[in-house]
Amino acid sequence: MIPVGLDSYLVLGAVLFVCGALCMAMKRNAIGVLMGVELVLNGANINFVAFARYNRTFQIEGQVFALFVIVMAAAEAAIALAIVLNFYNNHLTVDVDTAEELKG
Amino acid sequence: MDQQAVLFLIIATFTGLSAIAVLVSQNIVRAAVWLLFTLAGTAGVFFLLGADFVAATQLIIYVGGILVLVVFGVMLTAQGPFITMKVGAAEWVIASFVGLLLLGVLVTSLVGAFNFRTPSPEMTSAEKSLSSAELGQVFLGLEGVTPETNLTGLPEGARPAPRQRVSYLLPFEIVSVHLLVVLIGAAYLARAKRRRGAIS
Repeated sequence: MIPVGLDSYLVLGAVLFVCGALCMAMKRNAIGVLMGVELVLNGANINFVAFARYNRTFQIEGQVFALFVIVMAAAEAAIALAIVLNFYNNHLTVDVDTAEELKG
Repeated sequence: MDQQAVLFLIIATFTGLSAIAVLVSQNIVRAAVWLLFTLAGTAGVFFLLGADFVAATQLIIYVGGILVLVVFGVMLTAQGPFITMKVGAAEWVIASFVGLLLLGVLVTSLVGAFNFRTPSPEMTSAEKSLSSAELGQVFLGLEGVTPETNLTGLPEGARPAPRQRVSYLLPFEIVSVHLLVVLIGAAYLARAKRRRGAIS
């Protein structure tokens, strides 16, 4: 049995990151893409807090940056949902494949 | 196996499986519910790591705020065909291949890359872990809170560099103003537009 250490938390963060990245790439619903972004930010946050716990140099920075990431995620979710609602009002769909007005 | 390892295994399995369920569920409402479980499990991981304030903030802002926002977004845009959007089988194959490849690269490069694998002994006791009061003092800009240690990660034989004393008052202010600006922008973007000629 592998003892639980920093590596275990980093692997958990990597799992969340990969799930979020695939979610961003695969979901056709714009809100699903937003959920993928949240998963990626959570994976990064787990890494921050794990380093805060296991490395005394980052004892404060890890938690401070995790708090900043949470606030940024709140701002990003608010603005992204506003954009999605605006897109839905104009196009009556949330399928990101149809959002190709800016395509070159 | 000690208590913390058991707790970590339970919470980590729960969180990881919920994250995978967010990925594979085709129904957007079910994905939102699985995201709720993932965020709550992440808060549990933070509690396990001794970051009480971050965990409480995660529960309040993510589970209480962002998820409600996401659910409202789902409800406002939930028209029959958009609730379940199918993804083709070929895309699933490519995505799982790329995902496993990315996970393999990340895990093989992460595991064993850091030499501080166990918590330093002065941090294992509960009273020496970072309290929310110290976190608030760092945000207020008080000096003398940041630990006096040498920086880690230096190459072998390098002269040990002491850590600078830092405070996070200015980033805190910047992020608060940023949040205000973003919320005003979001309210402007999502406002209800009156159609020309409609009865006001």
